[in-house]
Amino acid sequence: MTTLEGKRRDPRVALAGTLLLAVALALAPFAVGAGAGIAWVRVIDFALLYIMLALGLNIVVGFAGLLDLGYIAFYAVGAYLYALLSSPHLAGAFPSLAPGLHWPIWAILPLGALVAGAFGVILGAPTLRLRGDYLAIVTLGFGEIIRIFMNNLNRPVNLTNGPQGITQIDPIGIGGVSFGRTLDVFGIGLPSVYLYYYLFLGATLLVVFVSIRLEDSRIGRAWVAIREDEIAAKACGINTRNIKLLAFAMGASFGGVAGGLFAGFQQFVSPESFTLMESVMVLCMVVLGGMGHIPGVIFGGILLTLLPEALRYGAGPVQTALFGKVLVPPESLRMLLFGLALILVMLYRPAGLWPSAIRRREFAGAGNSPENGAGSERE
Amino acid sequence: MAREASVSEVLLDARGIAKSFGGVQALRDVSLTIGRGEIYGLIGPNGAGKTTFFNVLTGLYSADSGEVQFDGARLDIGLPHLVTRQGIARTFQNIRLFANMSALENVMVGRHLRSHASVIGAVLRNRATRREEADIVDRAHRLLRYVGVDARANDLARHLSYGDQRRLEIARALATEPKLLALDEPAAGMNATETASLRQLVESIRADGVTVLLIEHDVKLVMGLCDRVAVLDYGEKIAEDVPDRVQRDPKVVEAYLGGALA
Ligand SMILES: Nc1ncnc2c1ncn2[C@@H]1O[C@H](COP(=O)(O)OP(=O)(O)O)[C@@H](O)[C@H]1O
Ligand SMILES: [Mg+2]
Repeated sequence: MTTLEGKRRDPRVALAGTLLLAVALALAPFAVGAGAGIAWVRVIDFALLYIMLALGLNIVVGFAGLLDLGYIAFYAVGAYLYALLSSPHLAGAFPSLAPGLHWPIWAILPLGALVAGAFGVILGAPTLRLRGDYLAIVTLGFGEIIRIFMNNLNRPVNLTNGPQGITQIDPIGIGGVSFGRTLDVFGIGLPSVYLYYYLFLGATLLVVFVSIRLEDSRIGRAWVAIREDEIAAKACGINTRNIKLLAFAMGASFGGVAGGLFAGFQQFVSPESFTLMESVMVLCMVVLGGMGHIPGVIFGGILLTLLPEALRYGAGPVQTALFGKVLVPPESLRMLLFGLALILVMLYRPAGLWPSAIRRREFAGAGNSPENGAGSERE
Repeated sequence: MAREASVSEVLLDARGIAKSFGGVQALRDVSLTIGRGEIYGLIGPNGAGKTTFFNVLTGLYSADSGEVQFDGARLDIGLPHLVTRQGIARTFQNIRLFANMSALENVMVGRHLRSHASVIGAVLRNRATRREEADIVDRAHRLLRYVGVDARANDLARHLSYGDQRRLEIARALATEPKLLALDEPAAGMNATETASLRQLVESIRADGVTVLLIEHDVKLVMGLCDRVAVLDYGEKIAEDVPDRVQRDPKVVEAYLGGALA
């Protein structure tokens, strides 16, 4: 009867659920590390980064309905910003800066959000009148331009070190604790990837929180209104230009933060990490998970990070067991299956795997709306 | 023409509006004056330019020439959100609701320009934001009740009946606190009962101090409801007067109403 998802729940049940989730999230790296090996904790760290990216893109694509195929550019901006401000690299080009810049994380991340947000506006401004395919093409171009800049800005002044990328980036450190090596807490050794897990988890929770708050505000409503009907949105007094730019800026700023975390985590950035394929990947997370539906997008981010990894590790041994040798190299198989999965989902669950109640019905069509007969007893 | 049909205080004064699409001259030198508190009808055969006039007035199209004075200031025609801010709200001939938002949310969107929460306010949800949100929800509910669709507040707009959708669009327009409400064929597709209750609604809107500009095909409705009526034909205003006299105007009868009023 109601379309609002937040049906009244017993607050005690909700509290218990939250506590349970908190404990599960806190223990996850230990469980995964013990059960599947530390490499998988690393995979989970990446899943968290991708969730942040997917939630950022969700603002642009899911809420405001603006297709963006160059989103990874903002991730790149955040990552390179961190790399420049927290590595010896700049000392090479500007000897006066020796031994390079080593800014603290709390200064870099907000700056990364701001700079990426500004790039979001720069991308958004010329595309304001475009929709659909045309918007996709322009944003795709933008993503590539940024990557090509990263590739070539090693001359005349070596800013990005070109295709070799920037190395020796400082690991993230907070209050004298470096996340780059094992930390001893009361006799328990917490490996670096565990530490990053908690940091990324905190950042992800923050991003989720901001997303939820924005969605449920006059700004979130204005985004959705533009997605639903731009002309009607204008007639309602929404300055669609500014509100669209805001969507681009907010989405980009999430990407900028994730990029900074990525650079500190990897301690290495290069243009290779920011290809069109990555943009497509993040878009798939949003679309497969359920556009505009925050839990669905999170789910999409987790799924599309874990599945390819599982294939990477699993495909070889499984083939050897079945056929005695590896017929299809895991890397190709991964892309094949990925493409197949995409097609199947679009055919059978076009609203995504976990769409919001509203979108589910939107795709189900007007035919089956059981509550339609009920309420027209007006007169 | 009979502009002297006594306008007490002018709310809207459109002068020499012209608009063409390629070869089609949709509006030629249209001038009209709407008084505060009036229900002003705009009629004419299909393709006469009525909707185009709305679109120019509300900033969706920019006029080729002409200007509009509204409530003592020059109207920013060409910028829809500023027009709405200045106090003109509209509905659309082919309903334009936010189909996948609930009825309540549709009206809440109408509060956008009368509310202020920024990104920071929205994220922190401080006291001012909470109060503003509560006010938005409260007003939206009241407006839904006012137009009579409060029973469907939580249903998606697309699941509402046709008549309810038309009313919801009116509620959304009212949420912007307009001085002038422009309705583009609100009775189109309604049955007799729905039209009668729409008529009551328009009258109570006027009674609450909002001036109404009404495009309508239903001649009976227009003649019964409007204080004054302007007739467009091929983009030209051919008459503007009280309904009685417009009905008898030979030009009007010839152009359009002949069959319907004979
Ligand atoms: N966007 C447009 N592009 C081209 N021609 C248009 C457009 N809008 C309206 N017209 C033309 O302008 C004329 C007036 O249309 P309209 O204002 O919709 O008439 P009405 O609302 O009185 O039925 C018609 O000939 C129509 O074809
Ligand atoms: Mg029309």
